[in-house]
Amino acid sequence: MKRLFLMLALAGTLAAQTGSVLRFCLRADPKTFDPQLVEDDNSEAVRYLTGGVLLRVNRVSQQLAPELATSWKVDRQGRRITFHLRRGVTFSDGTPFSAADVAFTMTRLMDPKTHSATADPFRSSNEPPQVSVISPDTVSITFAAAVSGLDRLFDQVAILSAHSARKLSAVLGPFQVTDYKPGVELVLGRNPNYWKVDAKGRRLPYADQLVLQIQQNRDLELARFRRGEVDLINALDPEVFEALAHDAPASVTDAGASLESEMMWFNQAPGAPIPAYKKSWFQSQAFRRAVSEAMNRADIARIAFRGHAQPAEGPISPANRFWFNTALKPHPFDVVSASRRLQSDGFQKRGNRLYDRQGHPVEFSIMTNAGNRTRERIAAMIQQDLTAVGIQVNVVTLDFPSLIERMTQTFQYEACLLGLTNLDLDPSTQMNVWVSSAANHQWNPNQKTPATPWEAEIDRLMQRQAAEVRPEDRKRLFDHVQQIVWEQEPFIYIVNKNSLMAFSPQLLNTAPAAVAPQSYWNVEYLQRRTQMAGGR
Amino acid sequence: MTLRRAFAITVLTLVVLASVGAGFVPGFSYAEQHREFISSGPSAHFPLGTDDLGRDRLARLLSATRVSLLLAAAAGVAALILAVVAGGTAGYWGGWWDVLVTRAIDLLLSLPWLFLLLAARALLPLNVAPLTALVVTYALLAALGWAAPARVVRAGVRSFRESEFVLRARAEGATEFRILLRHVVPNLRPILLAQFWTSIPVFVLTEANLGFLGLSAGEPFPTWGSLLRELQNPLLVRPEAFATVGAIALSVLCFKLISPKGGLPV
Repeated sequence: MKRLFLMLALAGTLAAQTGSVLRFCLRADPKTFDPQLVEDDNSEAVRYLTGGVLLRVNRVSQQLAPELATSWKVDRQGRRITFHLRRGVTFSDGTPFSAADVAFTMTRLMDPKTHSATADPFRSSNEPPQVSVISPDTVSITFAAAVSGLDRLFDQVAILSAHSARKLSAVLGPFQVTDYKPGVELVLGRNPNYWKVDAKGRRLPYADQLVLQIQQNRDLELARFRRGEVDLINALDPEVFEALAHDAPASVTDAGASLESEMMWFNQAPGAPIPAYKKSWFQSQAFRRAVSEAMNRADIARIAFRGHAQPAEGPISPANRFWFNTALKPHPFDVVSASRRLQSDGFQKRGNRLYDRQGHPVEFSIMTNAGNRTRERIAAMIQQDLTAVGIQVNVVTLDFPSLIERMTQTFQYEACLLGLTNLDLDPSTQMNVWVSSAANHQWNPNQKTPATPWEAEIDRLMQRQAAEVRPEDRKRLFDHVQQIVWEQEPFIYIVNKNSLMAFSPQLLNTAPAAVAPQSYWNVEYLQRRTQMAGGR
Repeated sequence: MTLRRAFAITVLTLVVLASVGAGFVPGFSYAEQHREFISSGPSAHFPLGTDDLGRDRLARLLSATRVSLLLAAAAGVAALILAVVAGGTAGYWGGWWDVLVTRAIDLLLSLPWLFLLLAARALLPLNVAPLTALVVTYALLAALGWAAPARVVRAGVRSFRESEFVLRARAEGATEFRILLRHVVPNLRPILLAQFWTSIPVFVLTEANLGFLGLSAGEPFPTWGSLLRELQNPLLVRPEAFATVGAIALSVLCFKLISPKGGLPV
């Protein structure tokens, strides 16, 4: 009897241990474990799960919340930020955390030799910032010029230890790397010294271990989820979502509009090797607006995304609560208005075909990446929609490297259909898209001087908003940018995709969000039902 | 003719006739999107249901069958002409030309077709009609696919080169070109027929691979490969979508039965 009791107790312990492991997939191996060198999604996931930050953007409320800093203050010029740090915090290896660590982190981050992409948004001038350790728990960082959205940028800055012998392995986040088998899995163990506790005073995180399986094949990820071998899927395709919803409705969540959008643009680059008469179509606002109005966005959202998308209003998704311009509405589906715009621009419809002033039939190609079924469906729907105004569209799917080469090197394309993912809420991170001299100003990149008055105006507004400190002032300026983009449509925004994810019904405390990492942003609180039963 | 060959020829003929005939039925469109009937099951109006854009699956399947079979056959003929020219002349004349052709054959047989096709496809101008893109794809297949039959043709010609009927023709004063064209090539007929019937399934399956990857004809033009993409998500596949698999399997089987050697190419 005693032996039986002992065996039952052991079994209970094993069940509790098994329950404390959470599993999900990364698409590929992380390229780095150095939080300052992160440039890919998988490394970003590791940084998020292991790095301790001074401030964190709450992914649901989208408000800044204190983490390792208990309070902070940005001066009126937007150049200096002062942090008051949490006391009694230690790194995962037991090394105490202090202002010296923040100073070390910022100095290393801003050192040009580090080549950190994370540092780029901080670089408002060529001068390095001055980091002053005022006391062990107070630190001040002063930049030579104003940095827009300064405090929110610290969401990406994982604090490193200045003194730990374990260097980058000493972390302040909820988990630490304990094992890594390239191409197979990455195991993160619980940080025993993590400072955060829940409302009842229990130490976080609830889970003892995260097992991140390296899995590029999404079908296999799905199969594993269905077998219960994976606890969550961070981003689902609409059709997979529907299939899972049919089999296990409780396992899927549509968190509403995400920051991702699908868009199309015409190649307006003056040096592009396409006929001059086509360039003149693409440079015409009336032509772009007509194409936009001839697209049935509601159908695209309903059919291509199975209802898990919304017609896009403009460059910013409504998921971005603060920066979204609520005055903008989606362009209406109106074939009559589209035809009128084309007619006013010199186009004429003869029979079923549209012709320009010189008598050229209006025909162009849309290129998109092969293998993306949703995008191919969008292209096919646009193709049919535009026949109503007499425009013939050829849809071309290319492998991704070829597409990127045409888009960025040879400019041998007419129109392109792609998606845009805004990882950051702040528009300053989109400077490389909106400023006319930028390489990612995709419709006409690398301009020496703005090609059009409205692009010059966008340049001016973006520079001004970057120099402003008050969020309300920046918002007003960026609203104007959104208004211009809505009117001119250099990018024809089609839909905003919804944030779709799947959680195991065994998982507790899930809180889906629109901002990455959508499904595990509150990883400290995630736990399996069995773990809760076993108790901690 | 064996019963199996007769059966295969009958089935293929019926398939080709049905697919060609469907092109003349008014209102039977492979491109029209019936957006209120997406992914619907079989009905009187849509016997094989509709795809995820509400397009008639039967119309698409018949259209894809038409282009896949006709273009594969055309590519087979083109590849065979190239094979006869290259392999035949190399085998007959030998020398440096034979060495050159043999090396070219070895090179082409060792290259990964799919990647070559992907690269060639990426270099094409974008603004081409979907059918033109498909014709170009099959032309590329023919341009790459002559090597295997050329090797067989070369071996066949070499075996005839010193045969009695060739020696006799030469003794009677026939030119080398006339001997090759009038005496050697006609004797290659069984080899050429076998190569033709075996090359078609290869081209069909290669296009299916490209189409499955989304790299064949552009929307809305259907090919067997592009129709197979409906099967990519096993969770959502409707049984009617397997009709394409059936069409490909049936056709390949028929070609196998028709082939004089009765074997699929390696």
